[in-house]
Amino acid sequence: MSTAPKLSVQGLAKFYDRIPVLERVNLDVQTGSFCTIVGASGCGKSTFLRMLLSQEHASRGQILLDGKPLPPEPTPDRGIVFQKYSVFSHLTVAENLILAQEFEASRWSGRLFGSARKAAFQSIDDLFDRIGLQPAANKYPAQLSGGMQQRLAIAQALVKKPSILLLDEPFGALDPGIRVDMHELLLGLWKELSMTVFMVTHDIHEAFKLGTRLLVFDKIRHDPQAPHAYGATITYDLPLKSPTGGTLRSPEAIAGAIGASQATKPPPFSQNSKAHDTQASDNHE
Amino acid sequence: MRIINRKPSRVTALALGLLPFVLTVVTYAVASHYRRLDNPADKLLPSLSSMAEAFWRMATVPDRRSGDLLLWLDSFDSLWRLGTGMAVSTLLALSFGIAIGFIPHVRSALAPYLATFSLIPPITILPILFITFGLGELAKIALIVIGTAPVMIRSTAQAVLDIPREMIIKAETLGASVWQMVTRLVLPQVLPHLITSLRLSLVPAWIFLISAEAIASTSGLGYRIFLVRRYLAMDVILPYVVWITLLAFLLDRALLLLSRRAFRWHHLGGDAL
Repeated sequence: MSTAPKLSVQGLAKFYDRIPVLERVNLDVQTGSFCTIVGASGCGKSTFLRMLLSQEHASRGQILLDGKPLPPEPTPDRGIVFQKYSVFSHLTVAENLILAQEFEASRWSGRLFGSARKAAFQSIDDLFDRIGLQPAANKYPAQLSGGMQQRLAIAQALVKKPSILLLDEPFGALDPGIRVDMHELLLGLWKELSMTVFMVTHDIHEAFKLGTRLLVFDKIRHDPQAPHAYGATITYDLPLKSPTGGTLRSPEAIAGAIGASQATKPPPFSQNSKAHDTQASDNHE
Repeated sequence: MRIINRKPSRVTALALGLLPFVLTVVTYAVASHYRRLDNPADKLLPSLSSMAEAFWRMATVPDRRSGDLLLWLDSFDSLWRLGTGMAVSTLLALSFGIAIGFIPHVRSALAPYLATFSLIPPITILPILFITFGLGELAKIALIVIGTAPVMIRSTAQAVLDIPREMIIKAETLGASVWQMVTRLVLPQVLPHLITSLRLSLVPAWIFLISAEAIASTSGLGYRIFLVRRYLAMDVILPYVVWITLLAFLLDRALLLLSRRAFRWHHLGGDAL
């Protein structure tokens, strides 16, 4: 595609107390991509996602959204689903889903009453059907299973029709069976709403199954005397399928791709660096 | 079976719960009995019946001088002071607690001051209050507020800080303004914690109330206890102490019930005490 990228990351670096977590991250993402992000824990992939959300700010470099710098705080154009605490525990399922409408409609009370409230509840009927939570409409999140809570979280994040959806290990706490259902739900919504998706995950199979593009975060430089001297960056950027999601990749292709990703695990430089690698990740945890 | 794995049945649990109360009453009755065998006019440990009689007198027989039913007058006055003081403290806790917990600039400005202020032993301020506000109701209510508000503000601010950051960010991505986040997210999340804080603060509030009444008052439960102390009237003091305890217990239970009714979502994960 020759169009301008939806999101452009340029020379991004992030330091905590002068310790680099991320450095020299460069990335252009087209509209409609589904980027899955993997990497060892502590490699800064969640930090990267939080920076896309404006929850954290770059120490160096910049992130452009539609050619303009990201706003300095979270805004409705970027939806988010966290692993936990994504939904409001004091609201029922239905109340969680109409909350965004209430914010929009009523500036001071942030609340709808009477017929307006009824209309808001009716307007989410389709969404309810989609996520299959209709029977639980009047339950509180604490009364739902983990999978149902995440369904609700995804639906809630989509109410404002964000152009970018950010997912921070959204299915990390779910059973494998439930995960497959969630994958279908997410892929369906992604195709329907033509969003650009960034998803951090621990599960490499999930990353290959869902993404159109796989980003692997890792440290490329190691100093054995100073394990914290260098931050991580994007070490592998693999296109998995066309951004429109048209062609499904063949099993052999997956196998090959996973093989390629596993090749990232052995240290790229010296023979000793395996030990450094372990040391570095130990220190990060 | 190990004792840690044995669970009492409902009846056993009730009996076990009542046991210490019964033991206390029995011990008192026995001690009182032997003391009165030595000296029938003993004032220190009056018999249960004479206490009941004195309590009944306070509750039903109008005072010879003023014509008031003293128990009810004392209870009403004390509860009014306690209620007003705690209402003011609760409002302060909500407004300042949320501002401090939610807005970093307000936190920087007020948190250190509040932390310092809350360390002043409230009773040491009592003379100042009496001098400034006189001996009327205002000084007593002010003591309750000064004694409870700083801690309640701090615990409310902490409850705001404990709201998962994820929820606040989620609200931002749903387009909420700061005020909307306060009314729809922070306030409902914090109210159950405020009630807990209120329940805990009632304990010192009673102390301040009774102290203030003991020093300068013409009515109230604390005033009465310290008044009849001059006549060693244990038959009035002991029932009054039980009565105050009962009022405190009922207040505490009422607040717990309110929390369970109004914030059902908060109590879903199981609740202790």
